[in-house]
Amino acid sequence: MRLCVAAALAAAVAGCAAIATQDAARGPSPEEVKAVLQSSFQAKGQAKLDRLDQDEVQRLCSTVRPGHALAPEAAHRIEAAQMAAIRYPQGSLVGDWKSGEKIAQQGTGKQYSDNPAQPSGGNCYACHQLDTAEVAYGNMGPSLHRFGATRGYTAEMQKYVYAKVYDSDAFSACSNMPRFGHMGILTEQQIKDVVALLMDPKSPVNQ
Amino acid sequence: MKAVHGIAAAVAAGIALAAGLAPAEEKSPALQEIEKYRAALAEGNPGELWEARGEAIWKEKRGPRNVSLEACDLGLGPGVVKGAYTVLPRYFADTDKVEDLESRLVTCMVALQGFTPEQAKKDPFANPGQKVPMDALVAYIASESQGMPMHVSLAHPKERQAYEMGKEIFFYRGASHDFGCVTCHGASGKRIRLQDLPNLTDPADARRAYTTWPAYRVSQGEVRSMQWRLNDCFRQQRFPELEFVSPASIALSMYLAKSAEGGVMNAPALKR
Repeated sequence: MRLCVAAALAAAVAGCAAIATQDAARGPSPEEVKAVLQSSFQAKGQAKLDRLDQDEVQRLCSTVRPGHALAPEAAHRIEAAQMAAIRYPQGSLVGDWKSGEKIAQQGTGKQYSDNPAQPSGGNCYACHQLDTAEVAYGNMGPSLHRFGATRGYTAEMQKYVYAKVYDSDAFSACSNMPRFGHMGILTEQQIKDVVALLMDPKSPVNQ
Repeated sequence: MKAVHGIAAAVAAGIALAAGLAPAEEKSPALQEIEKYRAALAEGNPGELWEARGEAIWKEKRGPRNVSLEACDLGLGPGVVKGAYTVLPRYFADTDKVEDLESRLVTCMVALQGFTPEQAKKDPFANPGQKVPMDALVAYIASESQGMPMHVSLAHPKERQAYEMGKEIFFYRGASHDFGCVTCHGASGKRIRLQDLPNLTDPADARRAYTTWPAYRVSQGEVRSMQWRLNDCFRQQRFPELEFVSPASIALSMYLAKSAEGGVMNAPALKR
């Protein structure tokens, strides 16, 4: 504002307007955005105000605009850091596909309207085709029908699926898919059950 | 929902699945049932009941001062309702703020009718069986812009600032699931389950989406406003609760309204 007044005094009102517009057009700083968000949200249920705090992945991915990818160095940095943070369980990575199907169907969890005592769902069908008996599937992500049947029921593939569900950003920085393990959305057992849905030869996904 | 249950749900309740379909999709019997359901819905829009109630509330003497809202300036001069929705949000000199329709109504309820801000902002969204004035006022005022193109100004620095802030908030990813508005509304041809998602970074989609809010939501039996729409998106983004007429909600509305520039208003529309 002080600049604006100075400009108006020194030159013309038009000059003032131009400066103000340029300032505004540059967009707010990350601190200004954070301040507006903090003044606009209130804690409710399990969703406290710390949900507005971004980690490095969220901060960098918020700078991506349509038609533009993150700079390769930043993308590689995210992928390496997220990969290093993946924690694999002892023993088998493949749980129970029937439980995995329930997790894939369930869309609740972590919303302020959800009971925090109940386990979260994975809501896989929101974005992926899996069992073709389910017609209400989304297309944000690729079809996963016959995932294991097509790629082979190998230990390497089991490990890949576990890691991908645990933290998709380890493979593709700024993926739209939540980091189910890294962010504590699904438990270790739940992720194993989702792995089974994709990787058990008896799972309906592989029929 | 499996296919058999899906048919039952679409026919019996017809709510969860009454959503858009991708054009290239092969049409199963379940999807055909959904289309029939949607066609039946399009024949009558209960939102008209809210419009009529809103007009009555606009003209009714209310509040401690016992006056109507008819002297309220919605941006085109005191008492002008026709076309007002197409220029909102906008800067108002009397409050020195950018206001959307809902926040402007709060301003007028306080300044003209003598309500406290807390009273004016109380119960902004109806619960089942509970009618609230705000939903009806929004339905009425939006309906008075039907057929008119959106034309929001960014001439005032505070309007430009709100737009730029709203854009940043649109792309802001956070909370447990890393979701931002852009997660669901940043690409074309996408859907969640069977629900089509408008790409709000594409002008054609942004116009179609913005100009159909407020809307009568069949699944809720209520007219819902843009403030409600944003509130419920952030709930699903796993954010804390977006406060009614908060600065972030108005800034985001400004970004969306400007993205819909030229779109012809068709609200209250009918939605699942």
